[in-house]
Amino acid sequence: MINLTIDNQQVQVEEGASVLEAARELGIDIPSLCYLKDLNAPASCRVCIVQVEGRPTMDASCVLPVEEGMVVYTNTPGVLAARKQIIELLLSDHPFECLTCERNLNCELQRLAKRYGIRDLHIEGERNHFLVDDLSPSVVREPDKCIRCRRCAAVCESFISANVYRMVDRSFQSIVAPAYNGSLMESSCILCGQCITVCPTGALREKDSTARVWEALANPDLHVVVQTAPSIRSTISEEFGYPVGTPVEGQMVAALRRLGFDRVFDDCFGADICVMEEATEFIERLKNGGPFPQFTSCCPSWVLFCEKFYPQMVNNLSEVKSPQQIFGALAKTYYAQLAGIDPAKIFVVSIMPCVSKKYELLRPEMKASGFQDVDAELSTREFVQMLHQAGLDIKKLPEEEFDSPMGSASGAGIIFGSIGGVLEAALRTAYEWLSGEQLKRIEFDEVRSQEFKEAVIHAGEHELRVAVARGTGAAKMLLDQVLEGKKEYHLVEVMACPGGCVGGGGQPIYTETNDWNEQINHRVKRAQGIYELDRNKECRKSHENPVIVKLYEEYLGRPGGPRAHKLFHTRHVSRKLYAEKPLLVQKK
Amino acid sequence: MKRTVIKDKENYHELDNVLAKYKGKEGVLIKALQEAQEIYGYLSRDVLVHIAYELEVPLSEIYSVVSFYSLFKTEPSGKCHVEVCSGTACYVKGLKNILDYFEDELSLKPGEMTKDRKFSLSTVNCVGACSAAPVIKIGDELFGDITNQSLKQILEKHGHE
Repeated sequence: MINLTIDNQQVQVEEGASVLEAARELGIDIPSLCYLKDLNAPASCRVCIVQVEGRPTMDASCVLPVEEGMVVYTNTPGVLAARKQIIELLLSDHPFECLTCERNLNCELQRLAKRYGIRDLHIEGERNHFLVDDLSPSVVREPDKCIRCRRCAAVCESFISANVYRMVDRSFQSIVAPAYNGSLMESSCILCGQCITVCPTGALREKDSTARVWEALANPDLHVVVQTAPSIRSTISEEFGYPVGTPVEGQMVAALRRLGFDRVFDDCFGADICVMEEATEFIERLKNGGPFPQFTSCCPSWVLFCEKFYPQMVNNLSEVKSPQQIFGALAKTYYAQLAGIDPAKIFVVSIMPCVSKKYELLRPEMKASGFQDVDAELSTREFVQMLHQAGLDIKKLPEEEFDSPMGSASGAGIIFGSIGGVLEAALRTAYEWLSGEQLKRIEFDEVRSQEFKEAVIHAGEHELRVAVARGTGAAKMLLDQVLEGKKEYHLVEVMACPGGCVGGGGQPIYTETNDWNEQINHRVKRAQGIYELDRNKECRKSHENPVIVKLYEEYLGRPGGPRAHKLFHTRHVSRKLYAEKPLLVQKK
Repeated sequence: MKRTVIKDKENYHELDNVLAKYKGKEGVLIKALQEAQEIYGYLSRDVLVHIAYELEVPLSEIYSVVSFYSLFKTEPSGKCHVEVCSGTACYVKGLKNILDYFEDELSLKPGEMTKDRKFSLSTVNCVGACSAAPVIKIGDELFGDITNQSLKQILEKHGHE
């Protein structure tokens, strides 16, 4: 242990800790912008500078290791003046668009300017003007708002393994960007949006779909149905003052009705069908000897990762579409028929924790109904924005029920929103179908642990090797081991984002910590609400959901049958990692 | 582990011979890029993408290196490429005058090439010949104490009419 003094207080911390961390032990919050503990510490923003006694210059405390007997001052007039100047320098090359910025009131740079009482800008000079990249259906990049913190690059490299961002150019023109400061669409990007969730400013944001949805809601000729992803019922709550992970399913349904949706349905219903189809496909593969492992395919960023980085493995992806697309295809066929509505007049909106789903719904194969199956997607953040615009506070709303029939989901469908949930849901069904026995214990506790990687599950005569990859970075390691023949699995769940969908790129942005592990923990906590809803469900297995059983009997036929195949199955394609031609060329 | 990579079927024979030496090795990117530039004269996006696939290095990483070092060129150069020193001494002793001359006589700014592809121009940070400031460099040849008169002669020698 190391003893040091910070602002005249003694503190003892472990060797190797940074001065910033040591100060935190004392309750002193040294500000930082680039720092995210255990993910990013380039010491590039400099706002965490402190004065160490006996040193001629100030040091960035995020990368300054503690030393025995060190005497540190974090808020002398000199430190404060220097820190203010650093913030002013950052602001001097930053657009003053706070009022119209997506991150207004949730921007770490704005918060620092307020905290340090920046009133005048003494520094005026040249400013960078880059083109905005809005060519992707999911992520908008506005380089002028970038403060070169490199958090996007760090999360994209170490957690996602897509390596989209690096430092480009040098000196004043330098910027954190894809190659050539070009478009994400010409890069290896998988559109997961994790870069959005760690960006301290508004340099990265999702592409707005709220305007389109408002228009559809106001159009009397359209019948607008909505499907809500599993996770959002426990993540919108934190934006309305509830503790993180509070499930607010009933109020969410009430809010959607008040927004004017003609039918409020549940995407978990689509998830139940996804389980039926994936479990059937899995059993088919067991009969036919593969190909193994079978990868889940609900996460469009993971699908894109596999198509771009492991094109030789695309046949291992489950052929079954994601719940969003299953729901859309069904809404414009089965539901249209049931309700007697022309499918051309049905407008399907999905509310997802995701920005990648905006891309998924535009994939050319997603027209199984003869129309574009899903018309628009809102991220959790956009949904919350619409609630604010409409003046709706879910805290003040009653609990209401989903509409039938596509609103009745099993507990298995709901846990899709948490990492490991898709695997657990699939196992609840596959186990019973393979063994012919009822599950004694419905919860696969081991799969839920954040440390869980793999297990062997005995189902009847079958020995199933299953695994969960937490993030595409983890998936890359797993895939390499599989390709090298070091590991063999039957069924693998992959989610691109930390904690699965609860930590998705479209979820509320949490800026209360500069510790990456706390970031992940916050996201994982959101899953509590999902597991609570599952526990309280009478029906917790997809294949026992009476509405699903009826749907197959009356409309779909058998799982994996011709109609199910036409609506819910697809083939994945091998893609080039980089576009052949640049799509966005920055002016020199 | 061999990865199947989908890529252009263009002819990169000479480059592939270079890359073969470096495949699977650490810390070889700059060397590989230098040799690629020797082959093509500059590093096009197609060449960088090819290197990214072959060496299994992210394109973002490669471009980061290429855009950092002024040694690397991403645009083709003219038959005669002129580098004008913009170090402190040259700056003081008439860098602007040299750049103005190129703009007036050849309509050429740093980073550009003439329409007939004869001349291209770039600035370079200190070449270490401050006593001869202001200096320009053409290939490996250095010209000092540049005046409009001497510049005119040098350019004429390199084909300027």
